[in-house]
Amino acid sequence: MIKLFKVKEKQRELAENTSNGVPVKKQSAGELRLHKDISELNLPKSCTMQFPNGKDDLMNFEVLIRPDDGYYLGGTFLFSFHVSPIYPHEAPKVKCKTKVYHPNIDLEGNVCLNILREDWKPVLNINTVIYGLYHLFTEPNYEDPLNHDAAAVLRDNPKIFESNVRRAMSGGYVGQTFFPRCM
Amino acid sequence: MADTSVHLQQQQPSRSRDLDKLLLRPGNLVGPRFEPGTELRDDLQAFAKVLVVGAGGLGCELLKDLALTGFCNLEVIDMDRIEVTNLNRQFLFRLEDVGKPKAEVAAKRVMERISGVDIVPHFCRIEDKDIEFYNDFSIIALGLDSIEARSYINNVACSFLEYDSDDNPREETIKPMVDGGTEGFKGHARVIMPGITPCFECTIWLFPPQVKFPLCTLAETPRTAAHCIEYAHLIKWDEVHRGVPFDPDNPNNMKWVYDEAVKRAELFGIPGVTYSFTQGVVKNIIPAIASTNAIISAACALETLKIATECSKTLSNYLTYNGSEGLHTKVTEFERDRDCLVCGPGIRIELDPSITLQKFMDLLEEHPKLQLSKASVTHRGKNLYMQAPPVLEEMTRSNLTLSLFNLMGKLPKDIVHVNGMTSKNDQKTSCLRKLHVVFKGVDGVADMDTAGGA
Repeated sequence: MIKLFKVKEKQRELAENTSNGVPVKKQSAGELRLHKDISELNLPKSCTMQFPNGKDDLMNFEVLIRPDDGYYLGGTFLFSFHVSPIYPHEAPKVKCKTKVYHPNIDLEGNVCLNILREDWKPVLNINTVIYGLYHLFTEPNYEDPLNHDAAAVLRDNPKIFESNVRRAMSGGYVGQTFFPRCM
Repeated sequence: MADTSVHLQQQQPSRSRDLDKLLLRPGNLVGPRFEPGTELRDDLQAFAKVLVVGAGGLGCELLKDLALTGFCNLEVIDMDRIEVTNLNRQFLFRLEDVGKPKAEVAAKRVMERISGVDIVPHFCRIEDKDIEFYNDFSIIALGLDSIEARSYINNVACSFLEYDSDDNPREETIKPMVDGGTEGFKGHARVIMPGITPCFECTIWLFPPQVKFPLCTLAETPRTAAHCIEYAHLIKWDEVHRGVPFDPDNPNNMKWVYDEAVKRAELFGIPGVTYSFTQGVVKNIIPAIASTNAIISAACALETLKIATECSKTLSNYLTYNGSEGLHTKVTEFERDRDCLVCGPGIRIELDPSITLQKFMDLLEEHPKLQLSKASVTHRGKNLYMQAPPVLEEMTRSNLTLSLFNLMGKLPKDIVHVNGMTSKNDQKTSCLRKLHVVFKGVDGVADMDTAGGA
């Protein structure tokens, strides 16, 4: 290709400073795939989205989940999503921004959901992840605990677990931990 | 003494002796346009301009190899500074260089040792450069260790690619890339000719997914040293340093994670947590082997020479090297993804400049190659219309009655991405497509930059 390089190099010398190219940032393949995921979202009424940086930043968004069944009925839980440019090769990073008394979510907002880490596959999408999160509220499970105490209570005494969840969601202490109101 | 040195010089063969064997003689494996001769050797020095991305283990080797191969115009870009742990294999660096930018020291050292070579260093992130910066090079050689960085450079290089009306790539817009990678005793070297051979995105599935442990395993039932380290790194750090992000390049942060991991390991009676293993797990590092870097880099430098001079056919198109048990190398010819969003031609659509976004979407439904309903449209990172979720649909609805030409910044032609539902064999499937939109009767200012090269 050296002939071609030669021609191009000579042209460049001639055309110096006449570049009219406005530098544009290209959308990554990850952004395009995410655009598809988001525009095809089909969410239940209990899940709504927020785009804090406006309609053109899809890589950082928030999801509000209002469970319509189960222990967490009536609560509102905010999740932040950060999506990498090599999505879907890598799972979105999800954190729970609402402090919640939950066996699978710790007090820092880390979420134990298999499809967010060990079981993530590029065929999954944002819709699956949101449904997965929703599922955690309708069916919290004590077998994958991140909040050890909450998991033990759910396993040994679901009645007490239920009242702990109520207390936490209305704004109050469970043990030594204070939970702000989220209802 | 003086006499003997003169005598020795006369005895010494030309510096390009080995290169001359490739460039001055005809051969059976040469490319169709190969014209052997000294002009070719001179042109290689004068006109081939190669960018080396990364000045680490592979980058050091690549710069040295390319300079010794006869390339005289090189540039190198790297955002990192030299660390003590680099010195065993990044042979251009010395102990007194620790803390200095890799790109700058690497360029200086190679220029000191190899006369006639000019290397311009760039101490910055690859994203800091304008896209046009990359268009200035004949060939881009990659010595990187991350998928993100490869994907970024691939995207930039493919963005220069243009197709003619028969969907054939226009040669003058092809930006060849040579990509090397190593992990321990294994490595790969590949040639990417956008539009001709698969681009990085066509074959991204080649990269194995990163191993991620379930958080609850880390929190509840750690079994390995890596579990203890990841617990300290992912869970304990947040618990203690609320809101302060962990910085893997800060030795104090790393030491903190290591100390916490040791405590955790003691608690569960797990052996094997060391400082260097902590670094390895947290930064996802696989030990680098100097000889692997040398072998892979040599393959990459040779391919770069072959692309530039056509003195031989290039690797087609992906070489894997495995030196962990004996030695095994293999070349695989991967295929392009015709519908690749990054390097594919896209579907060409000619439009009247007066068309509204709504009308454009109606056209997509009728278009024989697309038959795309429920379209969402995005252009250069601006979401022109989104079918869902409701909050975005509302924000973009007002665009429907506006002219597409204006929404696209009055460009005579450009790439637009659409997704929606299409029917295949009576089945509705969702798809994402790249469209090449050309507005009829609008003066092609954008044609200028490539038409001259034809």
